[in-house]
Amino acid sequence: MEYLDQLFVFAKRLMLDLLARFLPDWIVLVASMVISIVAILIFAPLTMMYLTLLERKVVGRIQNRIGPNRVGKFGLLQPIADGIKMLTKEDIVPFQADPVLHFLAPVIIVMPALLIFAVIPFGRGMTAVDLNIGILYFIAVSSISTIAIFMASWGSRNKFSLLGGMRTVAQMISYEVPMVLSVVPVILVAETLSTNAIIEAQSAGWFVWTPWGLAGFLIFFLCAVAECNRSPFDIPEAESEIVAGFHTEYSGIKFALFYMAEFISVFAVSALAVTLFLGGWKGPWLPSWLWFLLKAYALIGVMFWFRGTLPRFRVDQLMGLAWKFLLPLALINIFVVGFWYFSPGLWKWVGSLGILGPSFWIFTKLNRSYVPENRVYRLAEDENNETVGA
Amino acid sequence: MDEKTVTVQDTNPMDTETLEVNFGPQHPSTHGVFRMNIVLDGETIVSVKPVMGYLHRNHEQIAENLTYAAVMPYTDRLDYFNSMANNFGYALAVEKLARIEVPERAQYIRVIMAELTRLVNHVSVIGFLLNDLGAFFTPVLYAFREREKILDIFEAISGSRMMCNYFRFGGVKRDVSDADLEQIRKIVQKFPAFLDEFEALLTKNEILCMRCQNVGVLPPDLAVNASITGPVLRASGVNYDIRKVDRYSIYERFSFRIPLGDKGDVYDRYYVRILEMRESVKILEQALKGIRPGEFIHPKSTSFLKLPRNFKPPVGEAYGRVESPKGELGYYLVSDGTPQPWRYHVRSPSLINLTVLEDLCVGHKVADAIIILGSIDIILGELDR
Amino acid sequence: MIFGSGIIRGMFVTLKNFATSYFRKPDEGGLFTVEYPEKRIPLKERFRSFPFLVYDGTPENLRCTACDICARECPPKCIYVVRAADQDGRPLRRPAAFTIDYSVCMNCGMCEEVCPFDSIFMDHEFEIASQDRYRELVYTLTKLLKSNEYFNNIRPRDAQAVDKKRREAEEKKKLAAAQAAKPKLDEPPKPV
Repeated sequence: MEYLDQLFVFAKRLMLDLLARFLPDWIVLVASMVISIVAILIFAPLTMMYLTLLERKVVGRIQNRIGPNRVGKFGLLQPIADGIKMLTKEDIVPFQADPVLHFLAPVIIVMPALLIFAVIPFGRGMTAVDLNIGILYFIAVSSISTIAIFMASWGSRNKFSLLGGMRTVAQMISYEVPMVLSVVPVILVAETLSTNAIIEAQSAGWFVWTPWGLAGFLIFFLCAVAECNRSPFDIPEAESEIVAGFHTEYSGIKFALFYMAEFISVFAVSALAVTLFLGGWKGPWLPSWLWFLLKAYALIGVMFWFRGTLPRFRVDQLMGLAWKFLLPLALINIFVVGFWYFSPGLWKWVGSLGILGPSFWIFTKLNRSYVPENRVYRLAEDENNETVGA
Repeated sequence: MDEKTVTVQDTNPMDTETLEVNFGPQHPSTHGVFRMNIVLDGETIVSVKPVMGYLHRNHEQIAENLTYAAVMPYTDRLDYFNSMANNFGYALAVEKLARIEVPERAQYIRVIMAELTRLVNHVSVIGFLLNDLGAFFTPVLYAFREREKILDIFEAISGSRMMCNYFRFGGVKRDVSDADLEQIRKIVQKFPAFLDEFEALLTKNEILCMRCQNVGVLPPDLAVNASITGPVLRASGVNYDIRKVDRYSIYERFSFRIPLGDKGDVYDRYYVRILEMRESVKILEQALKGIRPGEFIHPKSTSFLKLPRNFKPPVGEAYGRVESPKGELGYYLVSDGTPQPWRYHVRSPSLINLTVLEDLCVGHKVADAIIILGSIDIILGELDR
Repeated sequence: MIFGSGIIRGMFVTLKNFATSYFRKPDEGGLFTVEYPEKRIPLKERFRSFPFLVYDGTPENLRCTACDICARECPPKCIYVVRAADQDGRPLRRPAAFTIDYSVCMNCGMCEEVCPFDSIFMDHEFEIASQDRYRELVYTLTKLLKSNEYFNNIRPRDAQAVDKKRREAEEKKKLAAAQAAKPKLDEPPKPV
């Protein structure tokens, strides 16, 4: 059990021990970094490839279809076929596009997605870099992708791309605020910014089982979905409105890179949500890394489920949700965690729920334009009119 | 006054340029080769200019060079989603022109087919509307799941799934077997359950409500002045349904009600269609109960079916109209006593309902223009003809 | 109602469909995909794709008399018929060439309805995709001719009705011929 749990850690240590016999210390240090980087560079694209397959399968099943099943058993080789197709496709650059920006954007967008992996604790002792400012690092790095998307949209010189880019910048900036604020309660309680320490702080119980944890988790998760431009917040690449948004003018491998960045960040934010609220790699019986992956994939599954169910917000409603609903709720959540921390026993529960519930209700009522109206429909016969509500 | 000073005074430094974007003809959600020339101020629409004609196939001119019977398969191609309703309108027009009677069983079959077509159309339109709203094909595929069952029936009865070419002057092409009727009964029985599931997925969904309510409001007076028909008109609260107004075929025998909207926005157009489907199910139930064995085509008309060139309606004109799922579908025919119509005109609901597009869109966001277009329910085959 | 309850209800509908897709039958919320090249939906008898010509017994014995009615009534005008002629140039009751451009045909079934000789019928063959529109999709007489057995095979009800009608007509003709021949023989010589 212990061996299984620490499988990857042992493997790495074995390699380093082997190297340490004949090589100087600094090379071993470099090798240690290289091993971690290579592991991430293999893991991330592989995850992305099979997430595309998983998404198509899950959404297919939701729609009572089979999903891809032609390439390999159960379509398991489909991602490889897709990759070959992408690689061999013609790379089209629009006539008046800015060649430098157009080329750089897909390259830059993959980087922050990969960089986030550095601080993700995949299992006990399986963090590539155990930064003591892990969360801050995550927040800082993940905002880089906004620039890349804007480069893509501006460099394409296409009106649809431009609209998509403007939407992206507005959306990413708006959602970063409640996202950061929803993490604050966790940091306050765990008294650290390091991802590993936050998981250790959840030994007694996952944060999601507390009122402020649940609220924070929901806010964080919604913002994370928005940060990845996934449905129902996928307005930057809204297919039915602006064709493909910022990547309208990309084809072949460049398009694949945008796709890869999206799926890698889907995994990254899910992993972060697991770390922050769902107890990270903690769990009985199974190896820690398996627990972590299971939880992360469950969250990703929920994102696919969203995609299979929900229509998309409009751009102003999206902003409204972030600024008028999630942001004040996240602020109140910070207050609630203070109350929770300093009050005894049952009071904690009564007080926190007593604050969160009514404030949720009040914010829904205040955002009256977003609350569905009840409609009454007449059913006209010639003489008697009956009514039905909807 | 000097021109330069005017521009300097009138221009606010914070003003931004408007952006002119062409939505279509190649665009994922213009429902075909339709183009909207939209001027945008940021995300807000300043003006919309619809450009159409990309699918113009000279339908009316072709028909004037064919015999009356040979036009029937061409009407399938007008609104390719409900060929049965198109057949119905044309058959009514020719029957009026040549004063042909239709036997009772044929009338029942016609009504059953027309109402099944309405189910097919409304359920798919709602699916496509949700696609325009950004749902990832789920409502469309649920709708298509049901649509397939009905298309199977059409295939068994008429020989083709979409281009049915089933109606004939004075009846229908072939009789409907009892097994097919039983199959229809089964579908009709299960349909309300499907609608309940569909509504559970959509009607109360907050995102759908946010997106659709109070968007693209069509006031009743504008709707009447622009001669809008069909569910779009009824969603604005105007009680006008040709099935009730004209009482064509045998619709006066069935008891059904006309759902009317509250505000005339996209949401009302969506929900009126759902309610209309429920009423259609009622009509179907009554029709399936009332259908009796008999002739499926008038014996007199079998003779000119074999020899379409001998079918020469008397000199005169006729206008036949039906409540197609999209609105009033009318066929205007002028006969000069030859086997070919002298003048043939189609009043297509898609084209006329589209005339209010700019009034509905201006002031809303880009995303709203797409769903307003989706809620008007156009089919380019009928729009451009 | 709590804000978001409609969304949650919708999510359960999709979850239910996700789950039922694994064990329910197609018309009860299961998978409704038919994996086409391997599995097929049985074609309905009335299904119509493209027209073909029926012959009885041997291809020489075809029913078509080149009357040209189908070509005249065809709405998109995709049928071309040339009547055969003997050495003297007198027209025969058979086609010298019968061509249907399948790429123009719109599967309406008009030809089948107007044909007075029960010769042209709608086929069930629909997989006719090809790379060359002019060489592959313009069907000539040899490609169009199919036996009555084939017709009986794909559309038994229609074919049997047609066969019955033809048999009756033949018998009637025979009877009429016999009756026409009879009086001449049996008629007693009229008194002058």
